[in-house]
Parts: sequence; C-alpha cells; structure tokens
Amino acid sequence: MSSHILIRSLDRSATVFLITVAVIAIAVPVLNLAVPQSSDFHIPTYLVALFGKYLCYAILALSIDLIWGYCGILSLGQSAFFALGGYAMGMYLMRQIGTRGVYANPILPDFMVFLNWKELPYSWYGFQHFPYAALMVVLVPGVLAFVFGWLAFRSRVTGVYLSIITQALTYALMLGFFRNNFGFGGNNGLTDFKDILGFNVEAETTRAALFSITCVALMLGLLVCRAVVTSKFGKVLIAIRDAEARVRFLGYRVESYKVLVFTLSACMAGIAGALYVPQIGIINPSEFAPGNSIEAVIWVAVGGRGTLVGAAVGAILANYAKTYFTSGVLAPYWLFMLGGLFIGVTLLLPRGIIGSLHHWTALRRARISAAAEEGVAAPPPEPQPAE
Amino acid sequence: MRFGRACLVALALAFGLALGVANAQAVSLDDAITHFTADDFDETLIGVNEVVASGSSRAETIIGALQNGQLMFSAEKKAVYIQDAAGQLVDAATGQPAGGPPPDDLDSVHLNNRLRGAIDAAMGQLTLLSRDPERRYQAAQAVFKSRAATALPTLEKAIAQETDGRVKVALEQARAAILLTTPGTSEADKLKAIATVRDRGDQDALGLLADIPAHETPVVAKAASDAIAAIQTRLAEWDAVQNLWYGLSLGSVLLLAAIGLAITFGVMGVINMAHGEMVMLGAYVTYVVQEIIRNNAPALFDYSLAIAIPLAFVFAGCVGILIERCIIRFLYGRPLETLLATWGLSLILQQAVRTVFGPNNREVGNPSFMSGAFDLGGITVTYNRLWIICFALAVFVALLGLLRYTRFGLEMRAVTQNRAMAASMGIRTSRVDALTFGLGSAIAGIAGVALSQIDNVSPNLGQSYIIDSFMVVVFGGVGNLWGTFVGSFVLGVANKFLEPFAGAVLGKIAILILIILFIQKRPRGLFALKGRAVEA
Repeated sequence: MSSHILIRSLDRSATVFLITVAVIAIAVPVLNLAVPQSSDFHIPTYLVALFGKYLCYAILALSIDLIWGYCGILSLGQSAFFALGGYAMGMYLMRQIGTRGVYANPILPDFMVFLNWKELPYSWYGFQHFPYAALMVVLVPGVLAFVFGWLAFRSRVTGVYLSIITQALTYALMLGFFRNNFGFGGNNGLTDFKDILGFNVEAETTRAALFSITCVALMLGLLVCRAVVTSKFGKVLIAIRDAEARVRFLGYRVESYKVLVFTLSACMAGIAGALYVPQIGIINPSEFAPGNSIEAVIWVAVGGRGTLVGAAVGAILANYAKTYFTSGVLAPYWLFMLGGLFIGVTLLLPRGIIGSLHHWTALRRARISAAAEEGVAAPPPEPQPAE
Repeated sequence: MRFGRACLVALALAFGLALGVANAQAVSLDDAITHFTADDFDETLIGVNEVVASGSSRAETIIGALQNGQLMFSAEKKAVYIQDAAGQLVDAATGQPAGGPPPDDLDSVHLNNRLRGAIDAAMGQLTLLSRDPERRYQAAQAVFKSRAATALPTLEKAIAQETDGRVKVALEQARAAILLTTPGTSEADKLKAIATVRDRGDQDALGLLADIPAHETPVVAKAASDAIAAIQTRLAEWDAVQNLWYGLSLGSVLLLAAIGLAITFGVMGVINMAHGEMVMLGAYVTYVVQEIIRNNAPALFDYSLAIAIPLAFVFAGCVGILIERCIIRFLYGRPLETLLATWGLSLILQQAVRTVFGPNNREVGNPSFMSGAFDLGGITVTYNRLWIICFALAVFVALLGLLRYTRFGLEMRAVTQNRAMAASMGIRTSRVDALTFGLGSAIAGIAGVALSQIDNVSPNLGQSYIIDSFMVVVFGGVGNLWGTFVGSFVLGVANKFLEPFAGAVLGKIAILILIILFIQKRPRGLFALKGRAVEA
C-alpha cells in the first residue's frame, strides 16, 4: 500500500529533484569535512550554512505551494508559522546554554536575568527536553493554524480577504514578540546558542549534519506534499481551488479540507523554522515581518505555482540571487530587482520556471502525437517555421 | 568659622522669612539688592524676598532679569546691573545706563532649584497687579501652584480691584489654595476654599486637596475627600473625552488612507499593496512644494498646502493610471497575482524615493493656521488634528457626491455591482477601471498631503498605514463608502480607548483579534454588498 502511494506520487520532476537533493545531502558534507581546505573541491563551512538556510526556505516554499498552488489559499502569514517553529527550537537551545550564559544562571536564560525575572515563565516549562521542544515545533504552528483556519474558513473568508487577515495575524505576532514582557527575548530574540543534543552548534560536523538533516526534511516534505496532492484528498483540493462553490454543492465540506491542508502546511513551515534557527544561530521578531511572507510567496511564483518542485527550486534561486546581489556593488538596486521580479513573474511568467518547462514539454508532446496521428491519415505537412 | 557662617545664614534666613510673612516695613530697594552681591544662594533668597517686599516699581524688572540670568553683580563695587540682550548694562535699582567700562569681576547671580521656585512665586506676586489681564491670570496660576503665603495681601488687593471674570476666578482659586495650606484659617473659610478648589477640578486642584494635612477637623477632611472624589470623576470624564478626540483624529487619518483603497477594492476587487506608497508620494509632493516656496517665495508658505493638494491629486492620480495601464490591466481576474505585483511595485517606489530623496525624514512644516492649539474644557485640541478631521470629512463628502451625482460615479457603481451587466449596457469598463484606480490613487495622494502634517515624511510612511487601512476595509466592507467611514472611526476610537488599558501594542493586537472574531459574524464587513454578483 505504502509503496503504491510512493509510486503514484513520484512523477519525473519529483524523482529528479529527490535524487539531486539526496546527492547534495551526501556530497556537500563530504566535500566540506573530508576534502582538505587546499583542494578546489572543498566547500567552506559558511557556504554549508548558507545553503542550509536556502533549503529551509525551500521547505517553507513547499508549504506555501501546497496551499496556494493546490487549494488557492494565499496565506501572507506563513512566516508566522515558520518563526513560531523557530522560536520553539530557539527556546530549547536557550535552555541548553545552562550555566554557560553571561549571568551563569542554571535555569533562566540571560535575557530573563537581565530583566530581573525570578522565575521561569510557564511557557518555557519543558523546553529543556528535546522531544517536548520537537513536539512544540509542530504543535504550536499547527494549533494556531487550526484555530485560525477554522475561524476563517468556517465564515468563508476567501481570496484577498484571507490574505489580508493572515498578514494581520503575522503583524500582530510580530508586535507581540517585540515586547519584552511577552517572555521571548523581545527585540533581540534568542541567540548565543551552545549545544544541540549535546553537540556544539558551531562545530563543522554539527553544521554538516544539520545540512544533511535539512536535505532529508526537504525530501520528506516533497514526498508528503506529492502524496497529498495525488490522493483523492488532493483532487478535492484542486477542485476547491478551481470552483469552490461547485465543490460545496457537490456535498463536500470545503472548510474541513481547507483547515486540514492549512494546518499541515503550517506544521511544515514550523519544521522549516526549527531547522533554520540552529543553522543561523538567532531568531528574532523580524522573522514575523509581513514582508517576509510575501517574499516567500514570490519564490513560489518564480519556481512555478502548483508544481511543488518549482517552489523549492524558486526559493533556492531567489535566495541565491538575493545573497549575490545584496553583497555586491548592485546592493542599492536589489529592491528594484526584487520589485521587478514580483511584477515580471506575475505578468510575463505566470507559470513560473518549472511550470513553463512542464507546459512546453506538454505542448511538444501534444504536437508530436498530433503529427503522428496525422501522419497515418495524410501525407506529412510542410515543415512549420519555428515559433 | 563655618559654623558661625551657617548660624548667620540661618539667622538671616529667618529674618528674611519673617519679613516676607509680615510684609510689613518697606525695605528700601537699594538695601534689598545688595543681597545679590554676596554670591550666596541664601543671601540671594533674602534679596528676592526683600525686593518683593519693597513694593518698588522696578521689582518686577529685577526679578524677571534674575529669572532669565540677566541680573549681574560686582562684589567689589557692591553694585547690581541688568544686562540686556545687546550686552548693555543698566543699573538695577535706577534703570539708568551704567556709565564707564563694566567692572572686572562682573558675574551673573547664580540660581539653584530652590531659588527658582522662590523666584517663580515672587514673579507671581509681582505680576498679580499687572495691567495686562493675561499676565494677571498667569500670575494667579503661579501663586496657585506655589501657594506662597506671602502673596496673600497682594492677592486680596488684586481680588478687590479685579474686573475680568476669568482672572477673578483664578485669583480666588489662588487665595483658596493659600488659605487651605496656611495654619490658622477658620473652618468656614477652609470649607469655602475647598469648594472653590473643587470647582477648578484639574490635576493641580487634586494635588492641592491631597496635600491637606491629616490633622484637620473631620468636617474639613470630609469636604476635602468629597471634593477629591468629585474632581476625579470629572477628570475621568475629561479623559474619556480626550480619548474620544484622539480616536476621532486617528479615525480621520485612517479614513483618508483607506478610502481610496476601498474604492479600488470595491470596483475592481484589487488589493493595491502600493496604496501606501501613493500616500507617501503625496507627502513628498508637499515636501517639494514647500522646498520650492521656501527658496523662491517664502511669503506664500501659508498657501503651500493649498498648492500641494491639487498637485498631489494630479500626480498620484497620473501614477495610478499609469500603473493600471501598464500592470494591473493584464492581471484582471487574478486578484492574488495583482496583490503580488503591486507589492513589488511598492518596493520599487519606496526604493526610488529613497534613491532620490535619501532614506531620512524630510522636514515638512505646518502653515501658521495649522500650528498651535487651544483648550476646550479639560482637553487640548491641536489645530492640525482639527483641520485634518475637517479635511477628511470634506474629502469623504466630495467623494460621496461624485459617486452619487456624476455620470462617472454612476458607471463606477454599476461596474461594482455587476461588471458583466454594466459592460452589456455599453459602459466601457476598462476605462472605468483605469479612472477608478487613478481616483483611488489621487485620494491617497491628498491623504499624503494631510499626513505630512502629523507624521514623519520618509520612504516608509506608507508602510505604517497600509495594514491599518486594510483592516478598515475588511471591517467596513466594500459595499459603499459609509462602510469605510464607520470602519475608520470605530477602529480609531476603539484603538484609543484600548490603549490606556492595554498599552499601544497590545491594544493593536486586541483590535486585530476583535476584527478576526468580527468577520466570523459578518465575513464581508459591516456594509456588505448584497446580491447575486457578490459571491462570484
């Protein structure tokens, strides 16, 4: 049964993508750790962390594509779930610092000592245990998405209304997390991490391992998404995207489908955030900024909405471009380019990169098969001029 | 030695105070001002009291000069001068110009905080009898705050000859304040004084009543606590009025920012994320207009806003039409993609303004009719806020008129209600779209002119309003402009009433949560469009 789902969910681009990621997951740590620094093939550690970050963004983009590409829900608050997952992981990492902090308090993180707090807030209980923290990484974004989605979808908030409400959600969370008395480090967020599961987060080996784990998470994420969208459940989602009212009249409970897929997507975003934090070494409230969510949406649009693989590719490409352009002489023009990307992709490349590729191959295949059919009945037509 | 000096000072101080309280024998002004030459705070205090007690017509000038740091002395010559703004010395006692070169050891009379308090009180007393009613009023207020018992005789005199009703009330309040805090006042007088202070009813009155010593007779103590309760109620009421005013002010700002958004959203179903940037462009138009006026015709500065408003309207409107023709036109029927494209556009516009004008705040001035404030009961009303409320209402009414009475308005409403039907009736919907988008942007532009008066003009100006404007649109619905109107004012007032309880940030979060809960009941906002076309 499980193998059946697996086979059904693997089309060609997904397979190619999975194999590529698997190769990268093995090759990059090997080239980083085993190859001597003098070699041309050596990958420096900062690049490992950088690409690790891109891969986390790729998972975030997958989670957006799942709801936007297949269910028509444009959430502009996806970075809220990403950041919540990140905070859950950050809280675990903060509790691991123990007495090595500046104030050497065995229980309270530094910022709480600094704010003169005497006791650990209830919200921080249990985060010294990794399994609990890992559960929270999924649970907190999931529950928030469930409650929020249930409220929103039940009252049939759709389209741009939903986009704006989700944007308001992440904005409200950002304002809240900026406050010191919210109990999550205020402005500065959580940082100065030491250990993860007993390994030093700064160590090259830990970074390489985190990189590989992120690759695996991305592969699993893609598999889960593919399995969802190729199932019967996924067919209903696509139907909701294309004609919501009709699906409702056919007797499906549209809001249940939407809430379920929205929650799943939020959990994925949370996991992406949790993998992001130990590799970057900091989480602060600016991750909640509404602009971040919209930027993540444009990665999906660049790669190709509704292709999954395209979302991941788009996230990596867009972020590589961002790093490349913002570190060079072109830095002042980056916002022009980003803005141009938003407009250009929506106007000129509405299918995105992977979507356009799919479209062209499908067109070519259709033309070849049409030509083959005609070839049986009639003499071959004059060669067409190239379009 | 030191001890002896301290004793002397204490003696002198007691002497001075006794003098002050008794206010009896007129000390000669010359004797009084020699105290200023001692360069000692306690001596200076005595000097101040004696100058007041002397009753000389020069007293006000001398104390005023001391207050402003213009009173100079020479210890060697035992002389005191007043240095005017030009640096000329005049003899303090006579007011005649001091001949000859200034003395070598000339120095200003030094002050400390205790002295400043005493000087304020002295000035209060001295100006109680001034000819100018406004100065008498100010003096009465100063005495009310200082409660200096020395002022009582002057005060009685001033009350007896006062003709201005407002000043008289202030003088009587000042007298009541003194009576309440000096020992030996009769119970009946105290009760009367409490009643007077109670009628005043502000924070100062509250502070005064709270200071009434605990060992008063029960009747007085009860009257005081009753008065405190009454004043607190009154203050709470004024607080509510103040919040309401701030709320209306915020609401008018929201109305200006959101109304253009509501129009474009209502007609085209397009959320224009670059709407905030149109507001910003309007603010920068104001800045440019003011710069040109400053450099070329400063006399016209008061008309800068009148010039900026049509320019901002036209400029932002043209930018809007350009955006519609070049981008949005190709994205109809795909509202989510429009949202992304306009977001990209907002990034470009922000960065363009940042490149041209720099990332810092730009200085935009208030014309004279918009600066200043006046008191209305217990609240202070600033003119710029008042004008912005009027302006927002005027824009709203003009827009209502446009929609109701013009052909363009009729076509716009038709397209909002049913696009396909409107097109079948011969309305050129694409032209209506372009003009609507231009109109929405143009209104954002003039909103920017208004906002430049109360907010920082920076490339991020638009960003700070965009989410709030969205909330207004979501809350009010897009059925008609009244939704935006009610939405803005409800959100503005609710925001300001929540702030004192929850703080600015939590208040905002609470509003967002309330809106999310509200759309449970009314998913399409307060004033939703009804009809078959809505769901499509």
